Amino acid sequence: MPMTAQSFEQHFQDKIDNEITIEPRDWMPDDYRKTLIRQISQHAHSEIVGMLPEGNWITRAPSLRRKAVLLAKVQDEGGHGLYLYSAAETLGITRDEMLAQLHSGKAKYSSIFNYPTLTWADMGAVGWLVDGAAIMNQVPLCRTSYGPYARAMVRVCKEESFHQRQGFEIMMRLAEGTEVQKKMAQDALNRWWWPSIMMFGPKDDDSAHSAQSMAWRIKRFSNDELRQKFIDVTVEQAKLIGLTIPDPDLKWNEEKGHYDFGEINWDEFWNVVKGNGPCNKERLTARQNAWNNGAWVREAALAYSEKRKQRAEKQAVDAA
Amino acid sequence: MSAQNNKAQNEWPLWEVFIRSKAGLDHKHAGSLHAADAQMAIENARDVYTRRMEGVSIWVVESKYIHASNPDDAASFYEPANDKIYRHPTFYNLPDELTHM
Repeated sequence: MPMTAQSFEQHFQDKIDNEITIEPRDWMPDDYRKTLIRQISQHAHSEIVGMLPEGNWITRAPSLRRKAVLLAKVQDEGGHGLYLYSAAETLGITRDEMLAQLHSGKAKYSSIFNYPTLTWADMGAVGWLVDGAAIMNQVPLCRTSYGPYARAMVRVCKEESFHQRQGFEIMMRLAEGTEVQKKMAQDALNRWWWPSIMMFGPKDDDSAHSAQSMAWRIKRFSNDELRQKFIDVTVEQAKLIGLTIPDPDLKWNEEKGHYDFGEINWDEFWNVVKGNGPCNKERLTARQNAWNNGAWVREAALAYSEKRKQRAEKQAVDAA
Repeated sequence: MSAQNNKAQNEWPLWEVFIRSKAGLDHKHAGSLHAADAQMAIENARDVYTRRMEGVSIWVVESKYIHASNPDDAASFYEPANDKIYRHPTFYNLPDELTHM
């Protein structure tokens, strides 16, 4: 019985609807492949660019322990980038192609990393809020329909929880410290709160890609659902350490069982997405420089491995 | 397509990584990475995939050497196994009094 184009599509959708994971060599609609390449590669770019705002404070961590912990976190982010690039490569795009898209500005990465880390307390705010929001998004992705992406997410989630805990611990210590320390923690929270809740993307009604992503079970929960869940849990965490969320409209809604919150500044959101955030240029330049300045390392490694191979072959011939 | 781009742009080849997490277990596929040669691939695999002591042994194989069955043929490829239910222990109807079997 010959398979028509329509029956390929139907067979594919049946698998999705029955929670059967799609693997690299399975037939898939072109748009499913394209959407995943875009989403996974941009997720990978976010991890790598995300190393920059925290890498900024490694040399200035207040203690050896904090330095070692921050180094470990940033190392993890590098690893997360790798897991995601690997998953994207199973779909037919190469690493070099993805990096070219990043460096040319064609590919995006999470806008949150276009904000600056101005004080040590920012390390606390970023770990607590930015990693916290990422976890909220990534846990459901562990059951996303595409196998390699889901498995990468499982690995990422295992490592991500220490990231959030170290951030919260930093904020907690500062909040119970001197007046200056407490003020620094509150200031960091004031600057990172709104960008963090923007991480969940536009409101559902304004989100173009969402419907198809949900139908293909790439996306499991809506932007608004995840954002609400994040706000509900984080408000309680802030209360615990005596810090104030910078939203005067934040109020518990007994009827809904959720926190009502103020309107997000959507102008700022779209402006940063378009490339006009405080650090967009700086982040991209840093990545372009890393690539260009590292070219000699990549070439030298290939040349050295060729040399090693020839030496081994010569030794084999001489020994014979 | 990828192999030609590889050579042209001097891209390091892609390797698949398999890790044995503890003595007695199989190597399991952990992911992939780019490296100039096998020794570098193993070192990179250690750096990226075993930061939390997840491995006692690492295998790396260039991705081009992995051969895979075709999922489209799954139905006919695995068909011979499909109707041989006598391979399962539950197929055999034996008295309840029988023990140790």
